[in-house]
Amino acid sequence: MSLERSDVEKIAHLARLSVSNDELDAVASDLSNILNLVEQMDQADTEGVEPMAHPLHMVQRLREDRVTEQDQRELFQSIAPFTEDGLYLVPRVIE
Amino acid sequence: MYNKTISELARGLRAGDFSSVELTRTYLKRVSSFNSGLNSFVTVCEEQALQEAELADQRLKGGHTSLLAGIPIAHKDIFCTQGIKTSCGSKMLDKFVAPYDAHVVSQFKQAGAVMLGKTNMDEFAMGSSNENSFYGPVRNPWKESAVPGGSSGGSAAAVAARLCVAATGTDTGGSIRQPASFCGITGLKPTYGRVSRYGMIAFASSLDQGGPMARTAEDAAAMLQVMAGFDGRDSTSAEAAVPDYSATLGDDLRGLRIGVPKEYFGGGLDANIEASIQLALNEYVSMGAELVDISLPNTHLGVPTYYVVAPAECSSNLSRFDGVRFGHRCSEPKDLEDLYKRSRGEGFGAEVKRRIMIGTYALSAGYYDAYYLKAQKIRHLISDDFRAAFNQVDVIMGPTAPSTAFGIGEKADDPVTMYLSDIYTIAVNLAGLPGMSIPVQPVGGMPVGLQLIGNYFEEAKLLNVAHRLQQETDWHSASPAGFE
Amino acid sequence: MQWETVIGLEIHAQLATKSKIFSGASTAFGSAPNTQACNVDLGMPGVLPVLNREAVRMAVTFGVAINAEIGERSVFARKNYFYPDLPKGYQISQFELPIVGKGEVEIELDDGVRRTIGVTRAHLEEDAGKSLHEDFHGMTGVDLNRAGTPLLEIVSEPDMRSAKEAVAYAKKIHQLVQYLGICDGNMQEGSFRCDANVSVRPFGGPLGTRAELKNLNSFRFLERAINIEVERQIDLIEAGGEVVQETRLYDADKDETRSMRSKEEANDYRYFPDPDLLPVELDADLIESIRAAMPELPEAKRKRFSEAYGLSEYDAVFLTSGKDLADYFEQAAKVAGDAKLTANWVMGELSGSLNKAGLGLAESPVSAEALGQMLLRIVDNTISGKIAKQVFEAMLAGEGGADQIIEAKGLKQITDTGAIERVVDEVLAANVDQVENYRNADEKKRPKMLGFFVGQVMKQSKGKANPQQVNELLLKKLSA
Repeated sequence: MSLERSDVEKIAHLARLSVSNDELDAVASDLSNILNLVEQMDQADTEGVEPMAHPLHMVQRLREDRVTEQDQRELFQSIAPFTEDGLYLVPRVIE
Repeated sequence: MYNKTISELARGLRAGDFSSVELTRTYLKRVSSFNSGLNSFVTVCEEQALQEAELADQRLKGGHTSLLAGIPIAHKDIFCTQGIKTSCGSKMLDKFVAPYDAHVVSQFKQAGAVMLGKTNMDEFAMGSSNENSFYGPVRNPWKESAVPGGSSGGSAAAVAARLCVAATGTDTGGSIRQPASFCGITGLKPTYGRVSRYGMIAFASSLDQGGPMARTAEDAAAMLQVMAGFDGRDSTSAEAAVPDYSATLGDDLRGLRIGVPKEYFGGGLDANIEASIQLALNEYVSMGAELVDISLPNTHLGVPTYYVVAPAECSSNLSRFDGVRFGHRCSEPKDLEDLYKRSRGEGFGAEVKRRIMIGTYALSAGYYDAYYLKAQKIRHLISDDFRAAFNQVDVIMGPTAPSTAFGIGEKADDPVTMYLSDIYTIAVNLAGLPGMSIPVQPVGGMPVGLQLIGNYFEEAKLLNVAHRLQQETDWHSASPAGFE
Repeated sequence: MQWETVIGLEIHAQLATKSKIFSGASTAFGSAPNTQACNVDLGMPGVLPVLNREAVRMAVTFGVAINAEIGERSVFARKNYFYPDLPKGYQISQFELPIVGKGEVEIELDDGVRRTIGVTRAHLEEDAGKSLHEDFHGMTGVDLNRAGTPLLEIVSEPDMRSAKEAVAYAKKIHQLVQYLGICDGNMQEGSFRCDANVSVRPFGGPLGTRAELKNLNSFRFLERAINIEVERQIDLIEAGGEVVQETRLYDADKDETRSMRSKEEANDYRYFPDPDLLPVELDADLIESIRAAMPELPEAKRKRFSEAYGLSEYDAVFLTSGKDLADYFEQAAKVAGDAKLTANWVMGELSGSLNKAGLGLAESPVSAEALGQMLLRIVDNTISGKIAKQVFEAMLAGEGGADQIIEAKGLKQITDTGAIERVVDEVLAANVDQVENYRNADEKKRPKMLGFFVGQVMKQSKGKANPQQVNELLLKKLSA
């Protein structure tokens, strides 16, 4: 699979990454090379094989419904880039 | 003092031959002398380490039983440490002071271990050379111009150079074993689920596993004893009981069946490395073990499969770094999209961005089946290969990496070539099995690692097998010149 | 052209757990911003989700109640998109294997017609936080207290053909989740939210392109928004235009739906199984125990009310419309010992005064127990029905319990025959002319004329004389 500049732009947008125009060709070529490596998977016959999402055959453990967490807003927001009145601030979201 | 094993140091501490404060000072001094050259530490916690050492001395007087009490170690900077910067090797987290401890970190605190600092690593654990760190590459103590391997390169270099007694690492596709191999130390990646991932910054959640990096299998056993165990905060943490890893280290190896996969030899493997591995295998034969030729037919699909599964998971895991609640935020964002794109564009390095984009692509509409689902199916095939093998053998052995440590910059421009340096380690993560790397006869003055792969939750067996070789040979005790 | 409307609803019901679906932070509503968002809710590096047992139990309870297939194995998946109220950049939801599969509910329309609406699936997921668009120097504030609150998303089949049907279905689900005790149903606080997928087509034709309507936070808005959207779509098509698939926001002030441009961009959610969570497996015993512990559902309760209490169909429907109302009624009736009397009071005085005061049943100043105690005093003849209204007013005003008020205000009914007789005699003596008229009057006119004397006696006794005794005495004396 060979990716075009427009493919990279689309992917970068989905992933919310800025990629400058100068970088587009190099990134497209790197990603294409990786995809060529990845496409060696096509050699495998996976007809009827169950997909495996986890290495172990375990099932989800369930937690008791108890409140165990206390308010740590001050601590958590001490490492936040931009807060006011206990809120995280972002550029205006238009709905 | 800094050439002693954990059990030797523990005896010395209890006998009053030296205190933890003295021991800690010795190591801190070595860190300050050598770290500027090696760049293996990102953060050194001098003051806190001495406080912890003092506390450990008091606890030792009170009869503290953990073998790790008062022992100076280091944590890979992927483990969150409360009140101390946890960067994950990234500009994104350059100013991130974690508000909590990782499970592994609190386990060591409880055991009374002393944390000297946080070690350098490939950004978000993505890399095989430690060149992808925001804090610059780590140098291999055996050869300044060579890489230490990655992503736990800082931990490997620090242990090899005796800047700490032992260290923690994480392994998603070989990130403990490959640097252990390149730096001539002993590294163990436990069974998936054996060590809690809580507070360990995620790269690929279904593959990541923390483990010990030490100079000997005996030390690795002592470290794993502290790290392993159930943790209710990690849904993938295994409830299986933790055995006494030290108790079985000396078990006899007569009758041990060692599987030697034909796919791990030939091809791109350096002939000298093959000879080193063969030498070690012969040692095992002389100890009464039996070599069995086996086949892991889907080995060649490991790297392609991994480069779908790991990027897919990482593309999602790293979405939380958006410049809103923590981490790097670009200046003067003009709108929300700009905030996201520039914060992430500036905060992540090139390799991280590549993997996020590959993963995003593999999961996107129209490609999911061909990439992600296909990879999940091959993962099953690879896992079945191992299952079949372990019906015939007790452990599997082969090289850890196809070469010795390569030069800094040598593969930096070619991601795909770099990816192939994990060709022997990756399948173990896909299957979730425990794996180890231990030093065998060096090639051209550079360390070589023998990889040991065990069945699920058979870490004790791996440590036993590794320890017996280290009893019979002294490849593991070699020290890089200048650091003796 | 005759157009047919096709509607499907997606209902998000917040599950009434104490803690969040994947963390131990509280789900309580109304706390200061971000004080109930722990490191897991904030999506901090390295922290991990662990599933709340109670959320699973509640979802299965819903599934059993609508006779749905229960997923013995269900899987959590990540829905990936960037938004400030979504801290991890993905929402943990269920995609391919939901916990509740196909089921159905029966709705009843105003004309008594019953229809069955299919439920496609119901799955567990985490709620997002809230973006506050007030002006913070031209920025948006993000409060993540709500992030991680468990939601059950209930997806219907496109089985509804009118806004009325959609409302009937939404009300039915609303009633059901409250009966099951799995959701408080509070629409103002967003505990119960509806999105509607609306399309139109020529009768019997293939499905048209649908618009998804959001921000429907009352049943009235749901009905308005659907009707307006249907009109918009028909006008558009008839004018030669085409409906585009999009999300539209209902603006109650302008009474219109408008396109949400910010969400218009084609989303590619890249769902995949969440590697931090393992498959949820429910064994048959657990499902059986939930089935056995199932509370009485509205249908069964209505039937029981009309049979056991002898209530009319209308009364039974009214009193079972909400679980809290039904519980209130039953408790009060038990104390009073007269179901019909209790039903009248609950549906009349109580509901009327609560409505007037704008209060919900939960905020009623008169508890079921207290109302029952007062009704008991009617039953045992301590007070008359008329005096009871006076007592009830005082109870509403917080003046105390029925007995206390009766005592303090001296409202006890006079049942002493001698005392009543004295009053009756006084009244008869004071109204000689009327007595004469009565005695000369036609039999048929007498009952009406008797009312005058009863009124006078009650007036003199300040309403406290037992009306039945007064009647009897008057009849006796007037016919003497």
